[in-house]
Amino acid sequence: MFAVVMLAGIYGLVSASFFVAMDAVDVAFTEASVGAGISTLLMLTTVAMTGRTEHVARHKPLLALLVVAITGGLLIYGTFDMPYFGSADAPAHNHVAPRYLYDSIKEIGVPNMVTSVLASYRGFDTFGEVTVIFTAGIGVLALLSVVRRPEDEAEMEAINDSMHEKHLILRVVIKTLIPFILLYAFYVQFHGDYGPGGGFQAGVIFAAGIILYALLFGLSAARRVIRQPFVQLLSAIGVLVYGSVGVVSMLNGGTFLDYSVLSADPIAGQHLGILLIELGVGLTVASVMIIIFFSFSARSEYQQTKAGKSL
Amino acid sequence: MNMILGLYNYWIVIVLMMIGFYIIIAHGHLIKKIVGLNIFQTSVFIFYISVGKVEGGTAPIWQEGIVLFSNPLPHVLILTAIVVGIATTALGLALTIRLHEAYGTIDEDEIQAMDNQEMANQDKEHQPC
Repeated sequence: MFAVVMLAGIYGLVSASFFVAMDAVDVAFTEASVGAGISTLLMLTTVAMTGRTEHVARHKPLLALLVVAITGGLLIYGTFDMPYFGSADAPAHNHVAPRYLYDSIKEIGVPNMVTSVLASYRGFDTFGEVTVIFTAGIGVLALLSVVRRPEDEAEMEAINDSMHEKHLILRVVIKTLIPFILLYAFYVQFHGDYGPGGGFQAGVIFAAGIILYALLFGLSAARRVIRQPFVQLLSAIGVLVYGSVGVVSMLNGGTFLDYSVLSADPIAGQHLGILLIELGVGLTVASVMIIIFFSFSARSEYQQTKAGKSL
Repeated sequence: MNMILGLYNYWIVIVLMMIGFYIIIAHGHLIKKIVGLNIFQTSVFIFYISVGKVEGGTAPIWQEGIVLFSNPLPHVLILTAIVVGIATTALGLALTIRLHEAYGTIDEDEIQAMDNQEMANQDKEHQPC
């Protein structure tokens, strides 16, 4: 199982480099931090909690193979009508894309078109996606949250401290790295208008910095730095900020999430709107990722203490 | 020959997608199923991004003097889909952990067997004959 998880992580990194080759720098950014970073980490935690062994018995591999082959064959047959790779006259490039490509700089005034599409033209979709992430965070919390008693807390802290003294070199190196990771997250957050980046990537990178800290200094130490109720509050505030920007633009006489009315100058209004929206996205994504990691590792500690007591 | 060069991106996507699909249906281990689901998901990402690519285009960041860009719309869709994907994956893994706590195993067949056993026991209690 360990090998499976590691290979999945490498696969994430490889597909990130593939996205760079396909000119999708923003996507590559996200995939590198999510696919190779956080998803591998969560899977490793789960494997650690559920055991590394597996029964080799598979059910009906031949039937499965047959189904897969038939579906794959049909799909390949379907591709014969598709436009060729890289052709500029494909239908996908002739519908709304020209407006995004050539008018967005006049209408939105943000050089990174991915950001202007994400936050402005398709702000409604993004709002939905932020809500989905928030809901997933609530779901994980509902499934894995544990009530911690103070005496357990103290016991876990003692175990953590004794364990983490071993990794002295890692601790020193990581301690110097973390400020730069967090600073980079802020750069990605606020420079998303001009270069690749934005709330989603910044949120994940910021969370990665915190998670790194929690990994090396123990969950209790990380919780002393960032209280979990505070993070939960932040994740809700992120969604709230996003929604309120939409409501404020309605109050100013525009439609929901139409930022042009936020300021006297439409372009300035768009800038302000996108900045606030990205802030909301970044807050929610970062805090949901931190909540998910905290819940996973708290559950794992809880299982360990329970196992220790029953022995 | 032209067709192979023109369509190979779709075929790679289909191969990846079928690998993911096979893992989902042929493996009983729940974490492996989630990994398979992730591979399936990534194949869809690759499909979208490769559709958005324009020959000779560049990354969609506006600059003086560049006229040909790749399509930014698929990038936006996939960018958000990746982050939503990790959130749902986390939810799946959380469910897996709870299943492991409840059943002591995360093998699909064993869980099914235990459920069947329990159902059989319940039936016996309800229908004394």
